[in-house]
Amino acid sequence: MHMADALLSPAVGSAFWAGSIAAIGYASRKVKEAVDDKMIPLMGVLGAFIFASQMINFTIPGTGSSGHLGGGMILSILLGPFAAVLVMASVLTVQAFFFADGGLLALGCNIWNLGIYPCFIAFPLVYKPLAGDGKNPKKILIASLVSAVVGLQMGAFSVVLQTLLSGKSELPFGTFALLMQPIHLGIGIVEGFVTAGVISYVRSVRPELLENVTRSRPLGAEVSVKKVVITFAVLAVITGGALSWFASTRPDGLEWSMEKVFGRPELPEQEQGIAPALKGVQEKTAILPDYNFKRPEGDTKYEAEMPCWPNVEKATSVSGIVGAVSVFSLVVLVGFFVRAIRRRHA
Amino acid sequence: MTFDLEYLNLGRLDQLSYRESPVHDLDPRVKVLATALFVLTVISFPKYEIIELVPFFLFPVLLITLGDIPVGFILKKVLVVSPFAVFVGLFNPVFDTRTAVVLFGIAVSGGWISFLSILLKYVLTISAALILIATTSFPGVCQALRRLGAPALFISQLLFLYRYLFVLMEEAMRIVRARDLRSFGKRGREAKVVVRIIGTLFLRTVERAERIYRCMLSRGFRGDIPVLRRYGIRAGDLLFLVLVVASLAAFRFFHLTELTGRFVQELVQ
Repeated sequence: MHMADALLSPAVGSAFWAGSIAAIGYASRKVKEAVDDKMIPLMGVLGAFIFASQMINFTIPGTGSSGHLGGGMILSILLGPFAAVLVMASVLTVQAFFFADGGLLALGCNIWNLGIYPCFIAFPLVYKPLAGDGKNPKKILIASLVSAVVGLQMGAFSVVLQTLLSGKSELPFGTFALLMQPIHLGIGIVEGFVTAGVISYVRSVRPELLENVTRSRPLGAEVSVKKVVITFAVLAVITGGALSWFASTRPDGLEWSMEKVFGRPELPEQEQGIAPALKGVQEKTAILPDYNFKRPEGDTKYEAEMPCWPNVEKATSVSGIVGAVSVFSLVVLVGFFVRAIRRRHA
Repeated sequence: MTFDLEYLNLGRLDQLSYRESPVHDLDPRVKVLATALFVLTVISFPKYEIIELVPFFLFPVLLITLGDIPVGFILKKVLVVSPFAVFVGLFNPVFDTRTAVVLFGIAVSGGWISFLSILLKYVLTISAALILIATTSFPGVCQALRRLGAPALFISQLLFLYRYLFVLMEEAMRIVRARDLRSFGKRGREAKVVVRIIGTLFLRTVERAERIYRCMLSRGFRGDIPVLRRYGIRAGDLLFLVLVVASLAAFRFFHLTELTGRFVQELVQ
């Protein structure tokens, strides 16, 4: 589920980083306005709780595989969407650093996929209307199930889109979506059951706790959440658009994949519309269009018509391999050398 | 059990960051910026690029050796985790079967080349993140982000999460051990039991948060976490940043590997 650096292009990665930074900034301001200091330790410790609870695996009935709690939904229910986004973002940050889940550039995408969809879309638009006043366990179960599934489906689809737009993977859109969506349907159902179970359990054992937590947040006010969703949609489009223009000077990413995606037979008219326009932009914005070292990745036509390894002459590729081996040995030698020097100093 | 292993791994990475070395001494902001630039540069290579990625291994190698970080530990972490990129990349050879290059009589398809490119990028970017933590410490990275303009609330959230991660992991570990001692085989792993366990863990967490809050209030907490260690950007930090930017640009825009290859070939002939 975690998006990975290696599959991203800089343009897509930066666009989602921009969106996620905006979300974190906005949520921080909202939480600071509406909540007392008491929430700060609670949020931090609940983030650690999400981690710890993920360590408790359980077997999914009938399959024998194991699942665990994702977190976005249960945090939204307990803390409200703004605080929940912050907690999810911090959980994902720690995962990116310590468990090497995804990487640093992909962190923006991951916060978007696993934080913003459940907290800003699935929670206010699906969970709240379905759960009502939150007193009926059956309603809670249905609401958690549906909202967890919706949130994860959106997240999974967004992973597919991000991978596709980056153009590093050869997976066709349909195949990839067919792989991702059903897997995450299963994960979503499990997450929904666990979320509902924990909420109901807490309600039956310490109901006043849940009331307290819910009362200390006048944050879930629907109007502002809707505003947030719209703002983010606009922001995403603007940043994505701006960055793709910018990126067209370094075209391997967005522009190239746009050609690839829209160049498919399903949308033939798009091929005439977008690709030449982008090409024009690229020609105008390229700093040194004909300079030799940029040619392999600088010429879109080359990429589109002959997606091969740059300069497929035999001589070049042989010298490339010789170079790779020598450079790699050189790097390793430098490592040993530095280590030896440091040992002597120590 | 993998549980204990993961916990220990987490602590190991944290401990590495308390060593002393020229890399540890650098200002965290400089290291965060350098890492971000490094990842962006590596990712910016087109999908069929392999050989020009090789020089970039100089960065992790230098940081690991200068920072006295055990190579095996970082390598193991990189190889073990996160199969997603590898999993998705594996489809490239399936879908892209056009022959891109013929080497020593073997036709290599474009898919294998782009898959190898994904693998190289994966190793480079993941090790960059791990090395950043191992030489800077998580609180150090948080301070850097704060000074670079991240919201204060989010940073204290991160610091809290990190601080209590270890505490709660131990708590969860105790609960899991207790369950394992009282159950056989697959019993105790049913969803119903697990939901109760997670619920209990949640209640304990909230109670702990309340205690923490009271303790912090009595120690003068006003919504912000102060730091004792002061960092300042020195000439050495600037030099490091300039060197990193210059070499990243050189590695990105000049075909160094190919040039080296030609040079070596001519030497041999």
